[in-house]
Amino acid sequence: MDGKVRVQATINGQPVEFLCEPRQSLLECLRDILDLTGTKEGCSDGNCGACSVLLNGRLVNSCLVLGVEIDGGEVTTVEGLAGPDGLHPLQQAFIDHAALQCGYCTPGMLLAAKALLDRDPDPSEERIRQWLAGNLCRCTGYDRIVRAVQDAARRMRRDADVHAEG
Amino acid sequence: MKPFQYRAPTLLGEALSLLASAGQRARALAGGTDLLVQMRRGLINADLIVDVKKVFELNRLDFDPSDGLTIGAAVPLCRICESPEVAQHYPGLVDALSIIGSVAVRSRATVGGNLCNAAPSADSIPALIVHGAVCTVASREGTRQVPVARFCTGPGQTVLGPGELLVSVRVPPPRPRSGARYLRFTPRYEMDIAVVGVAAWLELSEGLTTIANARIALGAVAPTPLLAVEAGASLVGRTPSAAAFAEAAALAQSIGAPISDVRGTAAQRRHLVGILTRRALEGALQRARGAEPDGRQG
Repeated sequence: MDGKVRVQATINGQPVEFLCEPRQSLLECLRDILDLTGTKEGCSDGNCGACSVLLNGRLVNSCLVLGVEIDGGEVTTVEGLAGPDGLHPLQQAFIDHAALQCGYCTPGMLLAAKALLDRDPDPSEERIRQWLAGNLCRCTGYDRIVRAVQDAARRMRRDADVHAEG
Repeated sequence: MKPFQYRAPTLLGEALSLLASAGQRARALAGGTDLLVQMRRGLINADLIVDVKKVFELNRLDFDPSDGLTIGAAVPLCRICESPEVAQHYPGLVDALSIIGSVAVRSRATVGGNLCNAAPSADSIPALIVHGAVCTVASREGTRQVPVARFCTGPGQTVLGPGELLVSVRVPPPRPRSGARYLRFTPRYEMDIAVVGVAAWLELSEGLTTIANARIALGAVAPTPLLAVEAGASLVGRTPSAAAFAEAAALAQSIGAPISDVRGTAAQRRHLVGILTRRALEGALQRARGAEPDGRQG
């Protein structure tokens, strides 16, 4: 058997180099090697979305990606959402709308919502619900999550307008 | 997961040599959405994982009006569904590929993986069958073509022999006055597995008055996705009508061997084949006439 493999990637904008076994998932690498424990393990088979991260701009289940597969790639986790000026508009909207109870699904929800708003700044409610179908929440009944995503989208469009005018 | 070696070759020949060298103990990794789950559950044990996503031939997504569509086996579903050419020329394929798993699954999952996983309920397979799609399979010994309709041989079983790799799937060029539709029944709209899936493809005659060609394929009613040969043949030369579609639907209901399981009973599955065959034919007819069918899946 091979030993550990060296992986170089950009995680939350920072160049990162780490050693992992080929059998370790990206989720395990993030949590156990890189200490980025914001990404959660739920089902570990691609059903629940708790481990959602962005890989090269695409939403993925980090439990279904091997750590070695991200070599040369770019990963965004929940730790990479907030900027120097504070929380990401999605994070703020989730707080303002109380779009969480236990919070376990929240990091995955945020990344899934970000992937949507990166592509569609003004999604319909139906599109939001379809897009988040791979992220399970057993507390909220989803309604507050959908409202938070709609509100964050409004705030981000408004901010974009301000920047465009400025 | 048990330990394994990982290789990510960039050349097809290298990938084939690696697969041949480890025989049954090697597995090709594309999106990993089925393979990694099965390895974690201990259903598949591999000593060597050959990541084929960097191999050019498996990464192509090309449309040419005279050659048709070539889908590399490792192209993720999201790329196919986002392609304007696929959306324009093969909306019946997008019907199927856009409802597999979640957004996150479609970022990784591939047509090649859906075929090689060979689930009787695989959404992509009936849609590929009615389009007349053909697989290109390679090994160190050479290349062969296998129609998608003959690729799966049982649940989780395919025609691939040791050392063989599914390279790509070629979908013939769209025929004028043709259209396709895939519909499935699931208790929920998203993140579900088909209780039954039905794909239909129709080609109309020049005056648009009669059906020149028709194909119907069924998912989740037999150990493999099925081409409903007689159901399709019954439509040739007919005027598209509710009666003709009902007759074809009845013929589709007469084949396969649906089982009762956690997703549905055999009787429900037969019933659904009838409903979905009629609706898929109606949708295919609308597309053949240049219109877009309304309504969502199922």
